[in-house]
Amino acid sequence: MKDFRHIGKDIPRPEAPDKAAGKAVYIHDLVRPGMLFGKIKFSDHAHARILRIDTSKAEKLPGVKAVITAYNTPELRIGFVRDNFALKKDKVRQFRDEVAAVAAIDPHTAAEAVGLIKVEYEPIPGVFSPEEAMEPGAPLVHETDPRGRPMKDNRHPLHYHHESGDVKAGEKAAKFVAQGEFSTQLVQQCCMGTAGCIAEFDMNNNLTMWAKTQIPFLAQRDFNQALSAMGLQNKNTRVIVPTLGGGFGTGLDTHAYEYIAILLAFRTGKPVKIVYTRDEEFANLSPRQSSRTKIIQGCDKNGKLTFRHAEVLQDNGAYTSWGATYPTVMMMPATSLYRVSNVYFDAKLVYTNNTYCQAMRGYGNPEFTWALENNMDQLAEKAEIDPFEFRMINCNQPGETTPMGLKVSTCGLKECMESVAGKLNWKKSRSQKKQRGIGMASLIHVGGGGRIYRSDGSGLILKLDDFGNVNTYCGGVEMGQGLHAVLILEIAEALGVQPEKVFINPTDTGTCPWDVGTHASRGAFMAGNTAIMAAKKLRDQIFEHAEQLFPELAAKNLKKYQKKHPDYAPPDFDIKQAAKRDRFDLVDGFVFLKDAPSEPWTRIELGALLRAIHFREQGQMLATEVFYDPPNELPDFEKGYGNMSATYAYGAQGVEVEVDTETGEVKILRMVAAHDVGRVLNPPALKGQIYGGLAQGVGYALYEQLQSERGRITNPNFRDYKIPTAHEMDFPIELDLIETNDQFGPFGAKGIAEPGLVPTAPAIANAIYNAVGVRIRDLPITPEKILAALEKLKSTKD
Amino acid sequence: MKAPLSFVLNGSNVTAEADGSTRLLDLLRVSLNHTGTKGGCGEGECGACTVLVDGLAVNSCLYPALEVEGKHVTTIEGLRTIDNKLSIVQQAFVDTSGIQCGFCTPGMIMTAKALLDNNPDPTDEEIREVLLGNLCRCTGYVQIVESIKTAASRLKENR
Repeated sequence: MKDFRHIGKDIPRPEAPDKAAGKAVYIHDLVRPGMLFGKIKFSDHAHARILRIDTSKAEKLPGVKAVITAYNTPELRIGFVRDNFALKKDKVRQFRDEVAAVAAIDPHTAAEAVGLIKVEYEPIPGVFSPEEAMEPGAPLVHETDPRGRPMKDNRHPLHYHHESGDVKAGEKAAKFVAQGEFSTQLVQQCCMGTAGCIAEFDMNNNLTMWAKTQIPFLAQRDFNQALSAMGLQNKNTRVIVPTLGGGFGTGLDTHAYEYIAILLAFRTGKPVKIVYTRDEEFANLSPRQSSRTKIIQGCDKNGKLTFRHAEVLQDNGAYTSWGATYPTVMMMPATSLYRVSNVYFDAKLVYTNNTYCQAMRGYGNPEFTWALENNMDQLAEKAEIDPFEFRMINCNQPGETTPMGLKVSTCGLKECMESVAGKLNWKKSRSQKKQRGIGMASLIHVGGGGRIYRSDGSGLILKLDDFGNVNTYCGGVEMGQGLHAVLILEIAEALGVQPEKVFINPTDTGTCPWDVGTHASRGAFMAGNTAIMAAKKLRDQIFEHAEQLFPELAAKNLKKYQKKHPDYAPPDFDIKQAAKRDRFDLVDGFVFLKDAPSEPWTRIELGALLRAIHFREQGQMLATEVFYDPPNELPDFEKGYGNMSATYAYGAQGVEVEVDTETGEVKILRMVAAHDVGRVLNPPALKGQIYGGLAQGVGYALYEQLQSERGRITNPNFRDYKIPTAHEMDFPIELDLIETNDQFGPFGAKGIAEPGLVPTAPAIANAIYNAVGVRIRDLPITPEKILAALEKLKSTKD
Repeated sequence: MKAPLSFVLNGSNVTAEADGSTRLLDLLRVSLNHTGTKGGCGEGECGACTVLVDGLAVNSCLYPALEVEGKHVTTIEGLRTIDNKLSIVQQAFVDTSGIQCGFCTPGMIMTAKALLDNNPDPTDEEIREVLLGNLCRCTGYVQIVESIKTAASRLKENR
């Protein structure tokens, strides 16, 4: 294995000291001169016609600078199917619909003004579940599609399908069959820093947006479209990303509040900030979708899977976010987690009057893996095979192409499962005393980018200065995951400089090269590949100039050295002769000739060489820009085929639980997380990603749920919406980071941002089943559900 | 009706104005431009706004500004040494990767400082107990607990 100088080293995050000092500037802290504060008036109904909006009182309130509605502003359509609007006209389709907005001199005045806006509605019956929405004659959420054609029903136009092999034949070949219906709940991303933005126009009507986004360049495109719709033709948006208080998928769309800030900023000619309060965030920021999955699998007498049949129904809510494309990712475990050659997968979405949903970490994968990994345990039980053995029989292998056409380059799934089983002392722990049990679940996820858009590319600019510093411009977004810490190591390693010499500039569409977005666990993978490309180009440039300049600098060095050490006799070596570009190396910020004797004067500091390149006739500054688009394919999602990622991350998690059969409480005693990470780039950042994902997985499994009562979110606060605290997470977590050294990964690394939470919930469910013999099929697994299931189990036994 | 107010902020006497509804959080962030303290929920649930009042950790989003009259308030800005170095507790969070998105960090560090001021040698359980009021969505708390243990042992060495 190659020895790395920097990869795999613990270096603190570059931004951590400022965060520790309270100096990092989040959108909440950012102030622009003359800035106004925007506030939105949300709907009072889930489904209603807007009869009249009276803004007169709000307009008269001192300190109010603008009050806008859809009736006095240009129509701004948002979302990739264009079924949403910044401000709503004629009717509202969900409680959080934006009907008016205010800009005022301070947040208090803005809130007071919003309270003075009167809206008259005529309520319409709503639909609050996919089943209700699909009933004949159900009220239509959208009477027309975005092109104005009448809608017949509430079925969403997006549809995802995959069929491979011969499912009928697979059913016939099956000796054992298990089926189940599994559902997942609405959950909130719960970024500690709530959503917000500042919009500001200059006097040329170009826009600057400080946005809490993970997609600055797609956001630029969206905002530029909005400028056009506002009559500002050929105007541009510059998107600047401040320090983000978490992302978790909330930044993959542009949001109505951002367009409203733009409208208010244009109306007032002043910068306008909108930041959500926590209750606004819970009620009005799109959560993770709920889903319902029917799954049937069969295996032969040896436990080999013969078929898999899965149907997913998603409640899309009232409008369409990128998050509606969850099935593009669900299709991956559906077709490719464990070897199965006959697969049917179908996913449908339905419009309802519930809150519309968006991306969250895992993006459909936790939802589907919840169903699949529960069902794997069900089928193992039917076949009377130990669930770990059953998974091993069907384990994926390196080099295989899955039914979806995913090309598996490296695969550490076997090692991950063996690690989990070993650490949990599997055989013995499966048959413990009553109420204690263990379970496991595995995962596949994109680890080499994820092409769900026509480009999966990322750019990088490296600009060298006179001091040997590497000024870095990366379009990827640091949101707490550790991208910058990893990127510094990747650049230091690939270029041959010390990490302290690498500086990362703020993400800004005006200065950074294009990047599709920081999603799909692609940040470190993409950044690393661009770093390697850029470093190669820069090294070539440096070594080309060194042919001429290095001998001169070395001669000067030698002179200086000999002044200090008059007795020194240099070795007999012709540097001028040796100075050919392919014979140079750059390590830790020093340029030298690989085969020259190592003397104090034969190593030239990079900054000295760069100054020599700069300060001469026809001098030059060195910089390079690269763009990397990974070797993957945009799948045909209606056929369900295509190698969407250059490589895939695997993992397995195991858990030991104790279930209190009196109260239904589940206590996690310990967890093991074994992940095929390709290569560990920065250990503490990687561990943080897995620990953090796992904690979100625990919340998803056991208690998190956004309660929605006929479309209204009824627990919009941390009192009633519980996320794990340090107390809930007090069990030991053992990590095993398996390095499979992937050929496509930078230094062998795979993306690892999302996997941590993907298998957590089914691992816990399987452990609960092992402990007390009840299988809870709808998340979260609350004590009430366990008690009810235990009661039912008891009555069937009696 | 605004009333004048004087108190000690990070060791310096300050005067400000506040009314009965002003939260300490807004006094610090808006009136005194100390934006290191974060507002996370406004209801005392998340702990992002934790500051010390006379050495006790409080949620500044619930604490009436007028009640700091004559008291000593310490915020995250007050922990740095005058030569722009992080305090031992802050540095331990940096070195032990207790920081990810960083939004909860100032509150976490203030809670940790209050704990370690009173209990220099806390057990894991005591650390997790005191962190109950500080939510973090990024870290799973593992490296935060380790940071506080690192801080405790470094403080001990320094004593």
